[in-house]
Amino acid sequence: MAEIVIKNLRKEFGAFTAVKGSSFTIKDGEFFMLLGPSGCGKTTTLRMIAGLELPTSGEILIDGEDVSQKPASQRDIAMVFQMFALYPHMNVRKNIAYPLVSQGVPKAEVQRKVAEVARILRIDHMLDKPVGGLSGGDRQRVALGRAIVRNPKAFMMDEPLGALDAEFREIMAEELRALHDRMHATTVYVTHDQLEAMQMGDKIVVMNHGVVEQFGTPQDIYDHPATLFVADFIGSPAMNFLRFDGTATAGAEQVTLGDTPITLPQLQEPASGQLVLGVRPEHVALSDTGALKGRIEAVEYLGTTQIVTLSTPFGPVKARTPSTQPAKPGDLTGLKLSAPRLSLFDATTGRAFRTAANAGVHHG
Amino acid sequence: MAEVQLQNLSKSYGATQALKDVTMTIPSGAFVVLLGPTGAGKTTTLRLIAGLDKPDAGDVRIDGASVLQETPAQRDVAMVFQQYSLYPHLTVRDNLAFPLRSPMIAMREDQIAKRVQEVAEVLRIPHKLDNKATALSGGEMQRVSIGRALVRNPRIYLMDEPLSSLDAKLRADLRIELKRIHADMAATFLYVTHDQIEAMTMATHVGVLDHGKLVQFGTPRDIYENPVSTYVASRLGQPHINLLPADALPGAPANAAQIGLRPEHIHVGDGQPATIQRVEHLGDQTRLHLALGPHNLITLTEPHTALRPGQTLNIRPHNPLWFDASGNRI
Repeated sequence: MAEIVIKNLRKEFGAFTAVKGSSFTIKDGEFFMLLGPSGCGKTTTLRMIAGLELPTSGEILIDGEDVSQKPASQRDIAMVFQMFALYPHMNVRKNIAYPLVSQGVPKAEVQRKVAEVARILRIDHMLDKPVGGLSGGDRQRVALGRAIVRNPKAFMMDEPLGALDAEFREIMAEELRALHDRMHATTVYVTHDQLEAMQMGDKIVVMNHGVVEQFGTPQDIYDHPATLFVADFIGSPAMNFLRFDGTATAGAEQVTLGDTPITLPQLQEPASGQLVLGVRPEHVALSDTGALKGRIEAVEYLGTTQIVTLSTPFGPVKARTPSTQPAKPGDLTGLKLSAPRLSLFDATTGRAFRTAANAGVHHG
Repeated sequence: MAEVQLQNLSKSYGATQALKDVTMTIPSGAFVVLLGPTGAGKTTTLRLIAGLDKPDAGDVRIDGASVLQETPAQRDVAMVFQQYSLYPHLTVRDNLAFPLRSPMIAMREDQIAKRVQEVAEVLRIPHKLDNKATALSGGEMQRVSIGRALVRNPRIYLMDEPLSSLDAKLRADLRIELKRIHADMAATFLYVTHDQIEAMTMATHVGVLDHGKLVQFGTPRDIYENPVSTYVASRLGQPHINLLPADALPGAPANAAQIGLRPEHIHVGDGQPATIQRVEHLGDQTRLHLALGPHNLITLTEPHTALRPGQTLNIRPHNPLWFDASGNRI
């Protein structure tokens, strides 16, 4: 197992810069997510760690050793792809054994390792079956087995669940995470699915246009997004943005939207100009005494909760409320925002202002 | 808009029975969502109503009259498919006008222009009317293909997973838009999906299909709160309903084989000890993976919980759902 340190990693393809100076640390045994929309540089980052691409500049340290210019074969990393390619003419046992056999590992040792891996993955009952007849999930397990059997320093996974349907993806996500909890292998996992990242990851790096927007634990990133991009990308429905022009000094505990004062965590730096107040749907309550006013546009039932879409003078707002609370389209209502949970952004730079709530989270 | 009745509808493709004796009424002006996994018979139902396939047995009635002998065009239904198929060489305007220029309808050009403009406004794409269809984003293309159904004012709109090829954000926007269009046009919709969020949020009525059979029909709230079987209970709710053997917890009725527990059915504070195995922070909610003896279950807790893996909670069921040995609700 290994710790992986990324320092100022950069990759250019001709005139296009795919990754612009990333730095972060993947601790030993972590399940680490690289998250972002397509084209953000997450797969390029993963491929550089695996050695399938060489960086233009920067360092990749695996257990303290700089491997950035070494070929993939010398890094001892296993890669699991979205399209798991198994050898169709071999049975499950031979597919899993293949990486060891090709390295010339003695037969008895191969047998022992394959049996161990099959037990971890709970596929010991199907070792002698041809892979052709297996279900999608079992094929994925065999592909994982082939990666695990080498006992590499780390696993790289590039959207391994991307090809599965929604219901099965959820089952496999839980299985992968449970497997990780048994093996504690350092794992770097690429996804564009924010829920998958939140659900499975110990840490998340959010990337956009080749730049690391934020790095941290899922809950910290959700609660205290560093940029408007992260705030919008993480969470479903996304964070609400109330846009307004305003001024607030360092130390202020409220901002004024139009003529409505809104309390928020104490600002630690001044803010002025075009501002954006960020509030998550579950931190908006509907109450006639709320100072901010809105009209209910739509109500979406979700079982225990419902999503209420409102129009306000500062843009549309979605609230997540208990489905027992009545809400009728067309009605006017007040909105109460949960003060300790609010974020304030600079509309021009997209950066979150430092407040008493997020000061401990934002670094670098 | 019209009422559509399906009476004892059956359909087989070779040895596969796709639809088994389905009887259902789609009320005039309703938004009915058919929910089920791949192979449940959802698309077959749409195709039988549209007239793209003929049933082996049973009847399709629109406003009281059987339409089995009518061609798809005569039935006056509009269908939207999952993959938007626009004419790439035509502008958005001409794509939208296309159905109105068909010999069946042959509307006057000045009326067509008016209708296209109206629909473009409903779909919020009037500024795109003169664009080539290929110069649109995925969401805009899907809106145009929905628009091509809307221009016609048919008796019923049939939609086959129209949002499934779009990304999550666009899907959320179009969900609200479709609901608004449905309300504005006072039309009858039959909508097929395997996405529970779409079913819950848009439907006035949900029909749950299982291997070609209609197993429950009701409002989303009714289906969520009063499922008739473990199958229906498992279709709705995130996280999934927990299904445990009835004797895992006290209070089982005599013939119960399984207990169904949604997070709101799990009371924390007293009862039986359960060990926390994993705390999953999803941002707006935090899921607790619990081990209750040999059984695993998932419940929700507040987002910023201090609970950690290894700790023990006491839990007991609160108004749970009970099911018998064949999975039917007791």
